[in-house]
Amino acid sequence: MSLRVDLQIISDWIPDGSHVLDLGCDNGTLLHELQKRNITGYGLEIDNGKIAECIASDVNVIHADLDDGLSGFADQSFDYVILSQTLQAIKRPDFLLDEIIRVGKQAIITFPNFGHWQCRLQLVVAGRMPVSRTLPSPWFATPNIHLCTIKDFERICDDKRISILKRCIVDHDHQNTLGIKISRNLFGQIALYQINKTTDS
Amino acid sequence: MPDTVPADSVGLVSPNTLHIPTPITLESGRSLAHYDLIYETYGVLNSDASNAILICHALSGDHHAAGYHSMKDKKPGWWDGYIGPGKTIDTNYFFVVSMNNIGGCAGSSGPKSIDPETGKPYGPDFPIVTVLDWVTTQAELADHLNIKQWAAVIGGSLGGMQAMQWAISYPERLRNVIIIAAAPKLSAQNIAFNEVARTAIKSDPDFHNGHYDEHNTLPRQGLGLARMLGHITYLSDQAMGEKFGRELRHGSLNYGYDVEFQIESYLRYQSESFVEHFDANTYLLMTKALDYFDPAAKFDDDLAKTVESITAKCLVISFTTDWRFSPERSHEIVNALLIAKKEVSYAEIEANQGHDAFLMPISRYQEIFKAYMNRIASEGKQS
Repeated sequence: MSLRVDLQIISDWIPDGSHVLDLGCDNGTLLHELQKRNITGYGLEIDNGKIAECIASDVNVIHADLDDGLSGFADQSFDYVILSQTLQAIKRPDFLLDEIIRVGKQAIITFPNFGHWQCRLQLVVAGRMPVSRTLPSPWFATPNIHLCTIKDFERICDDKRISILKRCIVDHDHQNTLGIKISRNLFGQIALYQINKTTDS
Repeated sequence: MPDTVPADSVGLVSPNTLHIPTPITLESGRSLAHYDLIYETYGVLNSDASNAILICHALSGDHHAAGYHSMKDKKPGWWDGYIGPGKTIDTNYFFVVSMNNIGGCAGSSGPKSIDPETGKPYGPDFPIVTVLDWVTTQAELADHLNIKQWAAVIGGSLGGMQAMQWAISYPERLRNVIIIAAAPKLSAQNIAFNEVARTAIKSDPDFHNGHYDEHNTLPRQGLGLARMLGHITYLSDQAMGEKFGRELRHGSLNYGYDVEFQIESYLRYQSESFVEHFDANTYLLMTKALDYFDPAAKFDDDLAKTVESITAKCLVISFTTDWRFSPERSHEIVNALLIAKKEVSYAEIEANQGHDAFLMPISRYQEIFKAYMNRIASEGKQS
């Protein structure tokens, strides 16, 4: 079975033998794949149904609520901390970002870009909260309570003195189109970042 | 007992007794010249002895974990819901071993056994044993059964503590450990409850400093009170509320001190039936074993350092309404394992039954437990 394309990109960024923490690991697909390359670690997941699936596929999974932070984990104890398509559903994404770069030597964050032109158009022209393939729920039922744009994310990284090491902006089909090359915030639908704590040099 | 044995039951079982003729020096420094271990097994040990599971019992449990001793039994073994053909711990594949711990009162050497030095029952003079002592004697049983390595050691509550101790003390002798509704040590509140229970027993005039046998009495009142107290801590407020609420036994208030609420009647029934089959000296001893359990004490109180020796894969499970050993206590175990970079999974099960949830059929708990057991079975089949 092949991986979802965004998960494939994340996987490509992680070297063999790394120790990783996957925040909101769902049914453990990514970790299961990474284990084949001698990559160890844990998934954190709040849904016990998903936890059972992780266990069935031999993935180490810990029941946890990301809104409670990562206090059980020591500083810099993972090579990579992964937060895939979950940042926008966190109560305080800024606090979690602090925790992620505390615990991980590197972090990989992916999120849906709310600055995409379709989102902007729905709000400006139709006067309605945007609904799209990446953000399918209506405003009252969405788990996505803290949506941000690519510009917003890079701004918070800057404010927090977080270094952006890699960036990959793609559309739904995970293609890097000409439009994205012209304006990533207008045409990018999914953003993937590799970041770490800026070290004073 | 149903008229016929259910298809998913291990059926009629009978215990075995292993006599260990060699002395054991206990953690306390005292020793037993020889001792007996009573145990039951369910399922069949495979040719390379790779499918063996050890079940560790909690405070009032014993070796009779599954099945029936006779067709007249009212109830099956204490974990029958989880052990049997096709059940979570599937005896079609696994060979399950369950032993009564020493100091107990169900057949292994304990306060009711004869002290070879006096020719009389030990009573209160039976040496206090610890979780580590139990694990040592369980390893003796494993040797006897030619089991070099358990596929898993599993326990809930005080049984979970034994499972944890196994993983720490005998890392090469188990591949998996499942620690359910346990804690890495008792809190002051836990010890306080135990002390109230012990005080209830010791202050019963029929206790006679533990020599009630010689006086042909039983500290029914004291042991019953201890059990009542224990029982309250095993249930959640919610579970008690749902089961009994403020329901009255006779429909109206009597303005007296007799049993009026159903919960009072239930507690009395629980305590009365308990005192008929459980020994007060064993109860005292078990609560002390609980109080003393603190494996990190030998490692500068550093639990992460304590679990450093573990090589087994670990599954830790807690229950949301368990206030005796709350999920936070399981977090302590899990965090230590994470810091030590051990293989660990953890599930916190939504359940309103309190501490007793670990004995109950709860679908999410069964699903996760079963998924883990299937994984153990498939690993066994591959190798």
